[in-house]
Amino acid sequence: MTKRRASLAAATMLALFTAAGCHKKAAPPPPPPAPPATAPAAAKPTISYFAAEPDSVNSGQPSQLRWSVNDATSVEIDNGIGTVSPNGRRAVYPTATTTYTLTATNSGGSSTAAVTITVTSAPPPAAPAAPTQSVAEILARQVQDLHFDYDKSDVRPEDQPILQADATALKTIFGMDAGFVVTIEGHCDERGSAEYNLGLGDRRASAVKDALVQLGLPADKLKTISYGKERPLCTDAAEECYARNRRAHFSTGQ
Amino acid sequence: MQIRRLITFAALLLCGRQWLAAGQQIEGRIEKNPGKPFVAVTDFRASGAAAAFVAAFNTTVAADLAGSPVINFVPKTLYPIQPPQQPSDLIAGVAPPARGAVTIDPKRISDWSLPPVSTNFLGIGYAAESNGQFVVFGWFYSTAPTIATLQQAQVFGKVYTATLNESGAVDAGHRYAADILAQFGGKSLVGTHIVFVSDRSGSKEIWVMNWDGTEQRQLTRFGSISTFPSASPDGHAVAFTSYANGSPNIYMLSLDTGRKLPFYNQRASMNAFISFTPDSKRVVFSSTAAAGPAQLYLANANGSDLRRITSSGAIEVEAKINPKTGNDMVVVSGRSGMPQIYRMNLEGADVSRLTAGTGEATNPSWSPDGSHIAFAWTKGFEPGNYNIFLMDVASQQTTQLTANEGRNENPSWAPDGAHLVYASKRGRQSQIWVMNADGTGKRALTQSGSNEKPVWVNAAQ
Repeated sequence: MTKRRASLAAATMLALFTAAGCHKKAAPPPPPPAPPATAPAAAKPTISYFAAEPDSVNSGQPSQLRWSVNDATSVEIDNGIGTVSPNGRRAVYPTATTTYTLTATNSGGSSTAAVTITVTSAPPPAAPAAPTQSVAEILARQVQDLHFDYDKSDVRPEDQPILQADATALKTIFGMDAGFVVTIEGHCDERGSAEYNLGLGDRRASAVKDALVQLGLPADKLKTISYGKERPLCTDAAEECYARNRRAHFSTGQ
Repeated sequence: MQIRRLITFAALLLCGRQWLAAGQQIEGRIEKNPGKPFVAVTDFRASGAAAAFVAAFNTTVAADLAGSPVINFVPKTLYPIQPPQQPSDLIAGVAPPARGAVTIDPKRISDWSLPPVSTNFLGIGYAAESNGQFVVFGWFYSTAPTIATLQQAQVFGKVYTATLNESGAVDAGHRYAADILAQFGGKSLVGTHIVFVSDRSGSKEIWVMNWDGTEQRQLTRFGSISTFPSASPDGHAVAFTSYANGSPNIYMLSLDTGRKLPFYNQRASMNAFISFTPDSKRVVFSSTAAAGPAQLYLANANGSDLRRITSSGAIEVEAKINPKTGNDMVVVSGRSGMPQIYRMNLEGADVSRLTAGTGEATNPSWSPDGSHIAFAWTKGFEPGNYNIFLMDVASQQTTQLTANEGRNENPSWAPDGAHLVYASKRGRQSQIWVMNADGTGKRALTQSGSNEKPVWVNAAQ
């Protein structure tokens, strides 16, 4: 365990040094070739976890996929989910036993992890698939949370694909139901003061609203509300949990 | 009644200088509040049914006096073993000059001004059970050797009646101590309240309790999130922020009737964090009514006559109006990055940053005399690791009051200027604690559920 951590640390250090070297403008002597054994193994993304809860459901019932990935430039999940943020969760509704594979990629290569959701009963009599999804279901299934850095309220560059996907899904929703209003909730982690976080959550919600309006969505259908740190998803004192709580979440508005 | 008639109330005949003479010459006695008079109060004794509770009375009196900024309390270890208990035990005047060692006579009041006690004032008395009540006879004397008679030396003598149990004895102790401190300009906490937020009913609601933690009761029943309480300085109104109608808005309740008071919320994604002017007639609060981050607005106490006072482009929360001057305030602002405490006038001008800029500084609370703020600060610690600090506003010198006791936030000054109430999270749940303003004497007031955001409310005027 310690050995592995040590070698990982060594690889990370090496990667850092190499990266730092790249930033220098014109370092006259080119850096010596790195020892072939260790150097190119520059940190592939690490997948902290990729899990389904529950991992056994009846046909068409929801299961929650949850994942956390470090050092990835892109994260994808197959079975039609597509690009996702490095930390996230997503409800899926499999009608047959399905294995979901998460692929995290960066310049060092890619890592994968898989999780299987076992469907325990026969699918119900086949209903016409397309029109059954209500706007609320689309909102819950397809519009993903956006996440933020500590004390920040700007949409992160790595979350731009999610923002784009959310905009597309929201356009579908408003196309199906012109009277539908979506509430963008701004949330914070537990470390800042509750008072300041009320203001910060408000900034996060309105930053996402502004970005969606830029992408052509109607401002009058997007409501914002700040919950500060009053409604955390998790309460562990760990960065993984803090990162999950620093989010903009979409819910049905009045 | 008979006893009431027997007790005479004498005027305080001393001038300020006389008590300094005895107080400052003694070594080994702590002068916590330089220049302030020394006060000794003997342990009261009791017989019969009252005997079981008199210890609670004595502990309460000693704690209240020791925590006060207006006197120096002489530790009981220095007192003679057989102290007087009632006026008939006392003799007035000065001992005749004697050769050799001076013999201290505990019965002679002026001898209490001599070492080792060296007090300027002496409290004596006893407790008894009468008609099923806990009854305390409490007297208070000046020990000045220049006073010739007992009548002139007596500052007051009173009877305190309370229920015959532990909390009755504590209550009587607070009242006797308050009467002593009132002689020196000390403000009593009796009649003051603490409003706070508790989730013990299942959702965050506003609660209120007496200043000593007794009689905790629920004020709101919205079943939503109701938090961020504040109180009007006249002690009649509590304001807070609730999601009861969807988005966070300001609500106001009468503390006298429990009924809702009118408050106009402008159309905004949030209206929150009210602070009142000293006359309770105007308020400053945060609102997102204009596009951009929450900014400060000044309005009448019902929300009318609204005026925007900041345009900083950063989050502005927790304005707290100076209770002494009424024309300046402290504000938590993100205008230089992480939240820090700034001071400005009620126009939003004359801005200066009070905190150093390191870490996150938040939750400011003014001392009643406007000389200090208490606040929560992460200083050099990791984010979220808040402790309570005190700042002398003129010099910006800070003193740390809590350490290694979990996460400590939301300090609020007691009206006596000598105590602070705050929230301390030492496990999964937060509780309300009080301490002396020098960081000593910490004790918890709540145990049930998670309790946070305490605000000390002045006694209703």
